[in-house]
Amino acid sequence: MEKWSLMTITVLLALTVRWAVSLGSYSGAGKPPMYGDYEAQRHWQEITYNLPIRQWYFNTSDNNLLYWGLDYPPLTAYHSFVCAYIAKLINPDWVALHSSRGYESQPHKLFMRTTVFVADLLVYIPAVILYCSSLKETSAKKKVSSALCILLYPGLILIDHGHFQYNSVSLGFALWGVLCLSHDWDLLGSVAFCLALNYKQMELYHSLPFFCYLLGKCFKKGLKGKGLVLLTKLAGTVVLSFAACWLPFGTDVEQIMQVLRRLFPIDRGLFEDKVANIWCSLSVLIKIKNVVSPQTQLKLSFAVTFLSLLPACIKLTVQPSLRGFKFALVSCALSFFLFSFQVHEKSILLVAVPVCLIINEIPFMATWFLLVSTFSMLPLLLRDGLLLPYAVTMPAFLATCLASFSILDKTSAEDLQLKAFSLSLKGYVSWFKSFPRIVRILFLLSLSLMGVLSLLSAAVPPPQSLPDLFPISVSIVSCLHFLLFLVYFNVVILWDSKNSKSQKKIS
Amino acid sequence: MGGAGARFKPRRRARRMRRVGGSRAMAAGGRGWFRALALGVSFLKCLLIPAYYSTDFEVHRNWLAITHNLPLSQWYYEATSEWTLDYPPFFAWFEYALSHVAKYFDPQMLVIENLNYTSRATIFFQRLSVIFTDILFIYGVHECCRCINGKRAAKDILEKPAFILAVLLLWNFGLLIVDHIHFQYNGFLFGLMLLSVARLCQKRYLEGALLFAVLLHFKHIYLYVAPAYGIYLLRSYCFTANNADGSLKWRSFSFLHVTLLGLIVCLVSALSLGPFLVLGQLPQVISRLFPFKRGLCHAYWAPNFWALYNAMDKALTILGLKCNFLDHTKIPKASMTGGLVQEFQHTVLPSVTPLATLICTFIAILPSVFCLWFKPQGPRGFLQCLVLCALSSFMFGWHVHEKAILLAILPLSLLSIQRAKDAGIYLILTTTGHFSLFPLLFTPPELPLKILLMLLFTVYSFSSLKSLFRREKPLLNWLETIYLIQLVPLEIFCEIIFPLTPWKWHFPFVPLLLTSVYCALGITYAWLKLYVSVLTERIPVRQKAE
Repeated sequence: MEKWSLMTITVLLALTVRWAVSLGSYSGAGKPPMYGDYEAQRHWQEITYNLPIRQWYFNTSDNNLLYWGLDYPPLTAYHSFVCAYIAKLINPDWVALHSSRGYESQPHKLFMRTTVFVADLLVYIPAVILYCSSLKETSAKKKVSSALCILLYPGLILIDHGHFQYNSVSLGFALWGVLCLSHDWDLLGSVAFCLALNYKQMELYHSLPFFCYLLGKCFKKGLKGKGLVLLTKLAGTVVLSFAACWLPFGTDVEQIMQVLRRLFPIDRGLFEDKVANIWCSLSVLIKIKNVVSPQTQLKLSFAVTFLSLLPACIKLTVQPSLRGFKFALVSCALSFFLFSFQVHEKSILLVAVPVCLIINEIPFMATWFLLVSTFSMLPLLLRDGLLLPYAVTMPAFLATCLASFSILDKTSAEDLQLKAFSLSLKGYVSWFKSFPRIVRILFLLSLSLMGVLSLLSAAVPPPQSLPDLFPISVSIVSCLHFLLFLVYFNVVILWDSKNSKSQKKIS
Repeated sequence: MGGAGARFKPRRRARRMRRVGGSRAMAAGGRGWFRALALGVSFLKCLLIPAYYSTDFEVHRNWLAITHNLPLSQWYYEATSEWTLDYPPFFAWFEYALSHVAKYFDPQMLVIENLNYTSRATIFFQRLSVIFTDILFIYGVHECCRCINGKRAAKDILEKPAFILAVLLLWNFGLLIVDHIHFQYNGFLFGLMLLSVARLCQKRYLEGALLFAVLLHFKHIYLYVAPAYGIYLLRSYCFTANNADGSLKWRSFSFLHVTLLGLIVCLVSALSLGPFLVLGQLPQVISRLFPFKRGLCHAYWAPNFWALYNAMDKALTILGLKCNFLDHTKIPKASMTGGLVQEFQHTVLPSVTPLATLICTFIAILPSVFCLWFKPQGPRGFLQCLVLCALSSFMFGWHVHEKAILLAILPLSLLSIQRAKDAGIYLILTTTGHFSLFPLLFTPPELPLKILLMLLFTVYSFSSLKSLFRREKPLLNWLETIYLIQLVPLEIFCEIIFPLTPWKWHFPFVPLLLTSVYCALGITYAWLKLYVSVLTERIPVRQKAE
């Protein structure tokens, strides 16, 4: 069969799964007074449609910021406005000011689901398909199976089409950025990334690798000459695209400051709910939130995040390469997720999507990570009533990866891109021979642990004295995984050198 | 390399499971991909659990309740719900068995008076029961795939005929939406049929006959294809030898074989109908099974000959009114809302009686049966006859449901991967037949689902069969291609444009009418083309030489 028909089937299958998941429940369904993210998105449509643009981010009598106030950058607001415009055409009640609060109905759900579906179809899926088709040194079938695995990643499907959010837009734009950079269209790439950043401020997790990669590229071209020209062009592009996005708010400084205050709510605390990051896990032992003052929390998290980012960023600036760039995206986003301030459990998607990009390079680790990342959102998914899609898409994804990449046979040090690292350790460690087996056993252990915990969370009522037992164990288990993954990705990045590549070619 | 192989269990995607996976899989018996396909489609079925379900859901819930609570003697008399038990006894026993699992899910669903009862547990139980009984279907497909001799030893697993067949059957669009969205238990019944076909192909005639007899007592719609079974068994099993020229050797008649077959059929029937015979309820059972009181066409016209006939009648009526051949006052009012009422009154053409449809069906089946008798071609001929029987009765039967087209589509899948000619017919028949199932799902959330699944299946069937027969001439000619492409604008018109126009209120039946008439053209064409190809086919010269 031809490649295009396989790709078509892949896309159709991915779309079918997305729509089937969207038949299920969504966040905050039938849960007054606050409802959930579904209501938040609907409320933004209501606000953006009915209020003048100057009032979107301000607390007014028509815009109670405590009830799902707009706290995403302007592009999200514009998107809401467009959706609201269509909603108004279909049924004005859906976006009526004040009276539409908590509006829920089958047709409205269908409309909202369709907006996510369309956004996904227009932004994220084409980026994935193009990215996979442009993979180098891979057979046509490998490309198709990579696309299939990426498109079937359960985390994004469950959050966007189940829980209800528009992550695929910002992540899709970031993917377009990576795609453009990999074709050396640096300016287009930075425009795409600016769009991503202006859709969701969480894309800042990806900003450092983008910055370092482009900066490194400029350095390589020589800062006195071509490099400088490129740097100026890039800076100009970024400023222009930001200006374009923020144009309606640029009228006075107070507007911009208010938007920024809304985007970075420092007073909301170190973390929310049960997040699989280091602070939440540590707070089982020490109640950090109570012991340390908020200001110190902020500084502490900033310092730790910065330190953990540093090695990968320096390496990328000094030796900019596309491969290093993708790995740096993963490790920087993961550092942010683990250590930074005010992290949501859904932010793990920002790590997961870059991991998807390297699924054909390190299929085993990528699959493992993607499974853990979905698992880490289990408490959230259970709250939304998405147990069934979770229980179906997880094994389906695992099975797809097993079939596409036969991951269990790719656990040797070389397959994990640890060749250089193991060579530098050879003298000291003698257990490297059984390394593949150990890794495989660890993987299976971790899988069964996740399976058991999922089962317990879904079926067993927690003991009365410890109502949060299962969510906390889920986040601690995932956090431990993530820490190991962070170490692993950093090792791969730091030990990756031109030498090892040329060695590989020789051997 | 040789990685994946033994371990992959995945989705149909596994299908794309490529060289690496393939090589070891084939070495390990080459069935890894089958597990992958089966598991994949099962996952998809699970995802469809929250989807819309039709009144058939309540039908089966009611049957669970009836069989669980009442003694055998009242099964076919109980009429609290309008959905009385109208399947043969084995199916009732099947529901009885299910009901003993159901009570652990939600005992409330087993109360007869709880009409239209639903709960999360009920939905889960009913949906899962369909998914689990589909294991029989998967097994049937597996056996059919084993019958396919891999003459074409394709290196690429995607181009192995057995692989393509498995996808065409397991991922069949019609079966997916009818069973797992609309809600019915066709999966395991087709599993029984495919299994019996596979047994006949493997020359295990008695097993095949037994399976088919059992199947008949599960759902009597399979009577449509009984002639093919009967004649094939008589010809190939009861007569043990042929003359040199392929004609029948009358003296090879085996009395033993006939007795065995008769015994099997009688035993199965006794097991199923015996208790009711003893109770003296046989007439009641029969009257429930064959409700001739229903109209010529189902509420939505199945795309068969009668749809064309009705449409012609309607067209003539309008024409007659325009030219004043007909009198306004004499025309019954209801005739213009046809498609919504059960009884369709013909105004110009003569009305059709059940007997007439029976005769038409009989005549339509006859040539294919003759062909099976006089030009025996082994399993292939049997399958052709089976498909023709199913199609002919679909074309002319009384009160045919659109779902009955699956009875022709599934066996035709087996033929489609063997010859380019059949593949072409298969593509026309499946595409139009599946399209005609669209009105089954009319709720807005299922609209994208049915379109996506349909595209998925259609794209796959076209591209895989095209690549399988890439060395032969194109599967479809330009006229057929245009006809099939026209389905797209038709769907857009029916589902998107029409509801926006004011006609929606005056002529609500127009989309259904257009769909069924347009599809009837394609299905009639496919039926005729298949008939012509079967009748004009010559017995291979090789056989003559022998």
